[in-house]
Amino acid sequence: MNENEKKAFEAQLKSFIGRPIGPAMTGRDPVNEPMIRQWCDAMGETNPAHLDAAKAKGTVHGEIKAPPTMLQAWVMEGWAMHEGYDEPKNEQHRLHKFLADHGYTGVLGTNTEENYTRYLRLGEKVTAETVIAEISDEKATGRGIGYFITTRTKFWNEQGEELGSMSFRVLRYKPPAEAAAAAGGSQGKDAKGAAVAAKPTRIKPPMGQDNGWWWEKVAKENVLPIQRCADCGKLRHPPRPMCDACGSQKFDSIAASGRGKVHTFTVIHYPQFPGYDYPIVSIIVDLEEGERMASTLVECKPEAVQIGMPVELLIHQDEDGFKIPFFRPAKRG
Amino acid sequence: MTKTFKASELTVGQELPPLDLKTTATLVAGGAMASRDYTPVHHDRDAAVAQGLPDMFMNILTTQGLCSRYVTDWAGIDAIVTRVRTKLGGPNMPGDVLKLRGKVVARADRSVDVEVSGNNAWGNHVTATFTLTLPA
Ligand SMILES: [Zn+2]
Repeated sequence: MNENEKKAFEAQLKSFIGRPIGPAMTGRDPVNEPMIRQWCDAMGETNPAHLDAAKAKGTVHGEIKAPPTMLQAWVMEGWAMHEGYDEPKNEQHRLHKFLADHGYTGVLGTNTEENYTRYLRLGEKVTAETVIAEISDEKATGRGIGYFITTRTKFWNEQGEELGSMSFRVLRYKPPAEAAAAAGGSQGKDAKGAAVAAKPTRIKPPMGQDNGWWWEKVAKENVLPIQRCADCGKLRHPPRPMCDACGSQKFDSIAASGRGKVHTFTVIHYPQFPGYDYPIVSIIVDLEEGERMASTLVECKPEAVQIGMPVELLIHQDEDGFKIPFFRPAKRG
Repeated sequence: MTKTFKASELTVGQELPPLDLKTTATLVAGGAMASRDYTPVHHDRDAAVAQGLPDMFMNILTTQGLCSRYVTDWAGIDAIVTRVRTKLGGPNMPGDVLKLRGKVVARADRSVDVEVSGNNAWGNHVTATFTLTLPA
């Protein structure tokens, strides 16, 4: 697009602002117990306010009320939605198609806000109207350049009484060709041969000439190896090429007993990387053999960890098979 | 359910008991049907794979429904949800364990804000802030 084309494109884009996506939609069924029960089953919802008229009576709710987050469900189209959105059926679909036709093929829901004026009563008929409320200027995002589109929906009942409102923000973006190629590189194939994204896992340590053997021993022998100088017998950790006592580069290793004490610790809450369980209790362990190492304490609440507490080794295995020595509180006995 | 908290009984920073939810195809599809959301990617694995996704994935309404019951199970029967603000993250799919964690992030006379995070092995799936009205 040259500058003039871009101006025309943006003018056409912004002309969608303020348009209702279509006529107001009234739900097919009034608020009813069977749909509430089905919702509660799926959500594991046992709140008697939604399920038990006798119990609901003695509460602030007074009678059975629909779960609040069900609000939008009362006006969902249901079965008709399975046909997809290839053919623009309303202004929202037209807007999305317009952007897709100009290369903004990616779509990502980013935010919602729902306000519940009150909980819905049995028998109420819900109507909703949605307006394209905002379209941002072009933004550079982590996904690529694109536009944020905000729709606002108002809900009311058959008496015109307001029930709540909802806003929904999506990013419509141009997936960068580079990013697509890079993503392709990290994808696997599923049983049917389709490309699937790889699940994020723990970031693997660099394994070089000096320390590769150490990780290999952990994986194959399920031990915590400690490097030992083959000439003077001094232990050293983490692995490195030369003995600091005698200068020898010859080494072997012993398997640590696995007993140690917490020298110090910190609890990591943020930043949270995919592939890890948070919070992480990160510890420095004084091994019984005298060496000190960094590890993770598991099977222990962050508030229970103490300096000096006895810990014992376990070889943790990730879902992808990667093994790493961790510690847990020592079992006293 | 337990008795309902009063706002004055709660403190900012207070945490909710954690809840780990195993996500199954049944939960994803069942949640989609219960919310009358028949968009194929929420119940049909082949449709999701055709769109380049690894599997069918949970719709927003189900995520919100699960978070809502997590919060009100803790807050009690007389708690009323008046607002939910949601930041959407990565997908939640069959096989994922959705780890729900919550804490009180704001408090007024008769209301509190509870922030719920839902993480799985892919990272953050949802962060939802619930505003509750509680008994005086
Ligand atoms: Zn030596």
